[in-house]
Amino acid sequence: MKAVLFGASKGMGRALARLMAARGDRLFLIGRTPEDLERSARDLEIRGAPTPVMTAFCDLLKPESFAPALDQAERELQGFDTVVVTAGMFAAQEEMETDPELAARVLAADFTGTVLFCEEARRRLLPTGGGTLCVFSSVAGERGRKPVILYGAAKAGLSKYLEGLDHKFRARGLRTVCVKPGFVKTGMTAGLKPPPMAGEPEAVARRVLRAIDRGRPEVYAPAAWRGVMCIIRNLPRFVMRKIEF
Amino acid sequence: MTLQPHRSKLTGWGRFPVVDGLVLKSEDLPAATEGATLSRGLGRSYGDSSLPAGADLPVADATLADRLLGFDPASGMLRAEAGASLFELNRVFLRRGWFVPVSPGTQFVTLGGMVASDVHGKNHHVDGCFGEHVRGLKLRVADGRIIECSDTAEQELFRATIGGMGLTGHILEVEFPMRQIPSPWIWGESQRIEDLDLMVAGLKEAAREWPMTVGWIDCLARGAKLGRGILMKGRWARADEAPKKPPPLKGRLRVPFQFPGIALCKPNMKAFNLAYYWKHIQRVRRGIVHPDAFFYPLDALDDWNLIYGRRGFTQYQCVLPHTDGNGPARRFLERFVSAGGMGFLCVIKDCGAEGKGMLSFPRPGISIAMDFPIHPTKTPALVDRLNELVIAEGGRIYLTKDTFTRPEHFRAMEPRLEAFNAVRRKWDTKVRIRSAQSVRLLGDPA
Repeated sequence: MKAVLFGASKGMGRALARLMAARGDRLFLIGRTPEDLERSARDLEIRGAPTPVMTAFCDLLKPESFAPALDQAERELQGFDTVVVTAGMFAAQEEMETDPELAARVLAADFTGTVLFCEEARRRLLPTGGGTLCVFSSVAGERGRKPVILYGAAKAGLSKYLEGLDHKFRARGLRTVCVKPGFVKTGMTAGLKPPPMAGEPEAVARRVLRAIDRGRPEVYAPAAWRGVMCIIRNLPRFVMRKIEF
Repeated sequence: MTLQPHRSKLTGWGRFPVVDGLVLKSEDLPAATEGATLSRGLGRSYGDSSLPAGADLPVADATLADRLLGFDPASGMLRAEAGASLFELNRVFLRRGWFVPVSPGTQFVTLGGMVASDVHGKNHHVDGCFGEHVRGLKLRVADGRIIECSDTAEQELFRATIGGMGLTGHILEVEFPMRQIPSPWIWGESQRIEDLDLMVAGLKEAAREWPMTVGWIDCLARGAKLGRGILMKGRWARADEAPKKPPPLKGRLRVPFQFPGIALCKPNMKAFNLAYYWKHIQRVRRGIVHPDAFFYPLDALDDWNLIYGRRGFTQYQCVLPHTDGNGPARRFLERFVSAGGMGFLCVIKDCGAEGKGMLSFPRPGISIAMDFPIHPTKTPALVDRLNELVIAEGGRIYLTKDTFTRPEHFRAMEPRLEAFNAVRRKWDTKVRIRSAQSVRLLGDPA
């Protein structure tokens, strides 16, 4: 597998990259902070990724950075068959309600930026016969919920976009994997109280990698969230208005 | 976005004391340590070493900073972020034929913690502490600067940091050589031993031939049986005697809930110690052993500290110099039993030479460690009585395990404290970096 990883220096992206490194996949890292990417590249090399693991700058809030980053990846890897996007932004609902600029950034990164990046990736994957586009959305996009209205709206849009891609391009070989993590204990959620079914990044990564290998269009991680979200999706509005979940 | 601290209940492995602390947790350790007064790793020190001096003093959680930054297969030299755990290192390197030069009795520790505690292992009599092998450290000192220190650069700071309980600065990166091993399996031999004299003699004799030794003793046995137990010896198996397959990753069981206090009543402890002793029905056993079973027997049970119930537990570990043969160890065990001590696990080990860490624990002599549940009044009194004996014998205690020692007792057993404090003050005039333990024992402001 030759994979471009966007956002592999932290959290679930880091855990997934390590599993891929351990089995010898060729990796190319893109992200916002060059020094940080370099450190992750060394980490992945020591864990078994074929050397050298190269890196390039890419920022969800700078769509002009998408094409050059993917071009460079294409050159260094001599073509790639997998693109994984774990990059994203999170902010608390209350914070975004009082800070429209922050809300704008989160919406731009998690929806517009991610979708435009996927478009660039799709354009490069399709001519070579397809491959896999794995993108981390969220269970927050499953239902309009009080604690994650804005973040959830961006992720809902992203999930629907990925579903559309899958419908249109699967026949041409592009396998779209939409990952819907529930609560996972990472740096991003360090300040939040973990619910009973909170997952560990490594277990989530193992599940996601299996979904990538099998080309599953949708994966909940940890698995228990599939059932939880099935209930949440079917709760009547009067209940959703009452509860704080 | 700047990193925001969050509230979290913090304890050491003994689950006492508990602090509702302010935690800064991020993959970016330099950012997390910027506003922190202490760093902590996986929280495996038993008492208050990894707890902040106050509920509003932020502590940096290093566990997400776990990247390996460089490895040279020719020399084995490894550089890694301080939050990398020994568990991860074993997972990555054991199959490839590399192991850390010194390993403590659990793999759920971070490299930063291994340096701060200057951990020792079953090979102490040959290889010394972990700190002996550390080539360099990247440290954030109290004034915010990030400094590289080693035996050639800022040597004083380097030596104070090894075994310095995190009080000299935040450890960001650690560099040390991994060691090549002939196979990832252990060739082990264990032996049932009838009393203390035979145990100490056995340890000494084994030390001449075996690179790794340790003893377990039944700390409830008295009289002629005092100090009876099991002596364990091991070395890395040669490629031709080891199984062809690498050791499988072992499944771990989890203690599902906090046990009620009654679980550790005297009859149960007696039964446990007796069973452990007589499980070893043959006098000697030999063979290939899984490295996890040899180095980390208790790691097979996740959250085993919950067995000690609501009040938590502590470990007492001291090292006693050889003055009159086995006298010190005998007097210690006798005092433990007579002072009403009741231990679950008791580990005995002969230590080699003192290390370079200014406040490092081991010194030549016999080290004894025992776990016991905390009783609000009896435990501090027991620790006092044990400390009085350790002072009289010229020994010292291991800060990583300590929860109850009085400052005057600690000063009496640590003539090195003055020099350590001098280095600390030089780098941290306002005593910014401190812990609950340094407030209790070193007189730092709360």
